[in-house]
Amino acid sequence: MLANCLFLLILALPSHALSLEIKEIQTPGGIKAWFVEEKTIPILNMEVIWKGGGSAVAKEKSGLARLMAATLDEGAGDLDSKAFQKKLSDLSVSLSFDAGKDTFRGSLKTLSKNAEQAFELFGLAVNAPRFDEEAVERIKGQLLVGLNRQLSDPNDLAGDAWFELAFSGHPYAIPTEGTLETVPNLTPADLKSFQKNQLARDNMVIAVIGDISEADLVQYLDAAFASLPAKASLPKVERVKKLGGPANKIIPMDIPQSVIVFGGDGVLRDDPDYYAAYVLNYILGGGGFESRLYREIREKRGLVYSVYSYLSPFEEAGVHLGGLGTGEKTTIEAIELIRSELTKIRQNGVTERELEAAKKYLNGSFALRLSSNARIAGIMASMQFSNLSMDYLDERSALINAVSLEDIKRVAKRLMDPDRLLLTIVGKGENQAEWEEALKNF
Amino acid sequence: MHAFFVFSSRNTCKLAERFFYKKKQTGDIMNRSQSAGFILSLILVFGCFSYSLSAAEEIPTLFNPKTTMLENGMQVVVIEDHRAPIVTHMVWYKVGAADEPAGKSGIAHFLEHLMFKGTAKIGSGEFSRIVAENGGQDNAFTSQDYTAYFQNASADKLPLLMELEADRMQGLLLDDDAVGAELQVVLEERSQRTDNNPSGLFREQWIAAQYLAHPYGTPVIGWRNEIEKLTTQDAIDWYKTYYAPNNAILVVAGDVEAETVFQLARKYYGPQKPMEIPPRIRVQEPPQLAKRVVEMRDERVREPSWRQSFLAPSARTADVKEVRALEVLNEILSGGPTSRLYSALVRDQKVAAGAGSYYDATSYDPSIFVVYGTPASDATIDQVEAGIWEILQDILNNGVGDDELQSAKNRLLASAIYARDSVSGAANIFGAALTSGEKIENIVNWPRQITEVTKEEINRAARKLFDEKSSVVGKLLPEEK
Repeated sequence: MLANCLFLLILALPSHALSLEIKEIQTPGGIKAWFVEEKTIPILNMEVIWKGGGSAVAKEKSGLARLMAATLDEGAGDLDSKAFQKKLSDLSVSLSFDAGKDTFRGSLKTLSKNAEQAFELFGLAVNAPRFDEEAVERIKGQLLVGLNRQLSDPNDLAGDAWFELAFSGHPYAIPTEGTLETVPNLTPADLKSFQKNQLARDNMVIAVIGDISEADLVQYLDAAFASLPAKASLPKVERVKKLGGPANKIIPMDIPQSVIVFGGDGVLRDDPDYYAAYVLNYILGGGGFESRLYREIREKRGLVYSVYSYLSPFEEAGVHLGGLGTGEKTTIEAIELIRSELTKIRQNGVTERELEAAKKYLNGSFALRLSSNARIAGIMASMQFSNLSMDYLDERSALINAVSLEDIKRVAKRLMDPDRLLLTIVGKGENQAEWEEALKNF
Repeated sequence: MHAFFVFSSRNTCKLAERFFYKKKQTGDIMNRSQSAGFILSLILVFGCFSYSLSAAEEIPTLFNPKTTMLENGMQVVVIEDHRAPIVTHMVWYKVGAADEPAGKSGIAHFLEHLMFKGTAKIGSGEFSRIVAENGGQDNAFTSQDYTAYFQNASADKLPLLMELEADRMQGLLLDDDAVGAELQVVLEERSQRTDNNPSGLFREQWIAAQYLAHPYGTPVIGWRNEIEKLTTQDAIDWYKTYYAPNNAILVVAGDVEAETVFQLARKYYGPQKPMEIPPRIRVQEPPQLAKRVVEMRDERVREPSWRQSFLAPSARTADVKEVRALEVLNEILSGGPTSRLYSALVRDQKVAAGAGSYYDATSYDPSIFVVYGTPASDATIDQVEAGIWEILQDILNNGVGDDELQSAKNRLLASAIYARDSVSGAANIFGAALTSGEKIENIVNWPRQITEVTKEEINRAARKLFDEKSSVVGKLLPEEK
């Protein structure tokens, strides 16, 4: 009875149309931003993304983008680190920066009554950071302690090794957080010059949501951003059309559970096959408890607690990545299962039922990603960064619904190649020879 | 719970988050676990209260939860938020790892995994499939004091979610095949969270040392030798003893009307049969008379770390004034880069790369207050310990200052406003607090209680708290060269 009932519910209930009133504003100072006025809660969120980040620094300066992210809020203008932090703290303003491989991000969260001062502080941080010796050394010390710890973290090791394997010689191979060798040599002068090159107006997108009038926002945006340099000066990152492979690397470490990272070619965000790849990945390993990898490797066999895959569309390379952790005795069995699932999906595609289920989830759950001001700010910034129009919110479900079984099959052939898999394993050293032998025989 | 780790059992972090979401560490990195549970506990500690400008005196007041009790004893709590057409639906059972019988550690968490194995109406694995095909996300987690199941979905799916959740409240079917494979999954979960990293293993030893008798000394996921021996019958016994409407709390937050939720709850959960639930009486700690020191060395440890835990009151077991005073004290000690510990140890003395404290009053039995630090690369853990104690001693001798008190209160009140941005966060605070025996008025009046905390209350609470005799020092160190 219940099962029938549920079936009816699935068919009968309409899905919510998303309505988010985004406005594009243009200030007299030439700053553009997407803005949603939301007055329910007396707060305001802003997300800013600059193109650049880790791939914009030279190999010998790796970690510079990350260091800048951690030091922009360590004093600016007339305020030294202590004074700057005290202002943030007294106003309960949260201001943070972060660097990815292609991005440098800033986030601001404030009570709306303190919005003007919050924007001032953000503006100071990106226009006139001090990079005082004391602050830079202190933060470097913190980053180095973290980097040193990562050298015995199997997840960090497997992940970093994967990017080295996939992108050898390319900026994407360089860890954004830097290394124990590069970070000690970074100087305030390095930071100053990177700041000038990185934080400009032409590589910047801004999203704001919250309890503020458009008139005030326009003023605050100009105060914070209008005097940034007009043009960023970033090195060109080469496009990577196809990743190498097959290749693998085994890193010995005395741990009971082997940590495995696997992957290969993905798609760029503007690839015509992006949505087909997105749906395909959901079915393979993206769909939480619903994916093929989850069912085969965890549910049926109990070999792992966690197994997943995802698409990472970088600016200049598409990547399809996955990971799992399993006991030393089942390490090769789990890798064989990954390979056989890739083979199956490449040869046979997916079923009609899987495709329908994927579409229902991907469309039905999108509203959950717009569930808070903070998340909406993030999505509005990402949409602009990926050159999507505001209409994307309305068009997204049609783009996903348009994916056909043939599209999936074509994209699976193009991307999912078990014979070109890039693989890193961190696990017990005594198994290394045996594992290498097994990987050779695949 | 912060102090006793919540295990979100069914899902795990993705590599992408680690690559692109690494923030500056100002705290003990050991505690920056990748578990969803840790994120949840942050929400519980910092992010759970509401604010209303309409309140008299402009003191932030709490969320405005609406509650009812079903005839079968199931409590219902609704927090309305109409900004987005979504809903968080949670059922919290008032049973957790600390209620397990001796020798069966891990059974509460294991049963949580098994709750997805199907009923007479819904096949194994179908629960999550149905939720996903309706655009929803589901998961579950277990702590020392509660076991919770939740779904986030579009608000119009609420009847479906209730129908599914009510169905497995008393209709779960288990067989040896499903149970056997899932036991292997849980053992891999233990490997991933605990055995694969020395800080996970160390944490178990340190917390075990804090409790001579009380079950909080046993990890939520269970000791490996005991997990390995759990059986289908153990799971069935556990389920049949504790899963009943009168031992559960329904929490719904989002774009819903309370009256409608009450009606739906009566329809779907109303028919569930109440049962006699064993009283929640746990072995209590004897007075601690001697400081304990736990030291562990491991070749994988590349950066040493230091922490000290003090037995501390929980909201259920103590005077609320003392508990709120300790919450403000925690904020003064570790609320951001201007806090006492960061300022002194990291900024001024430069002996630490990170230092802080944490305290979570949301626990059924007494909790712990923890101070911790990681030495800077040219400093030692002894220097960190001395630096932290200098601060504690200063507070014990001279008390806290007016400015830092006001600043801490302001930040805590602001956090109550920021917390309103998260629908699921609201549901989490009420679920965790109520299953830990806290009164709803205390949750609701949290902002006012924070504003009323005085210097004298903090100083008194600090003197009671920072007694070395009732503490455990933990040192995690590299292998000796």
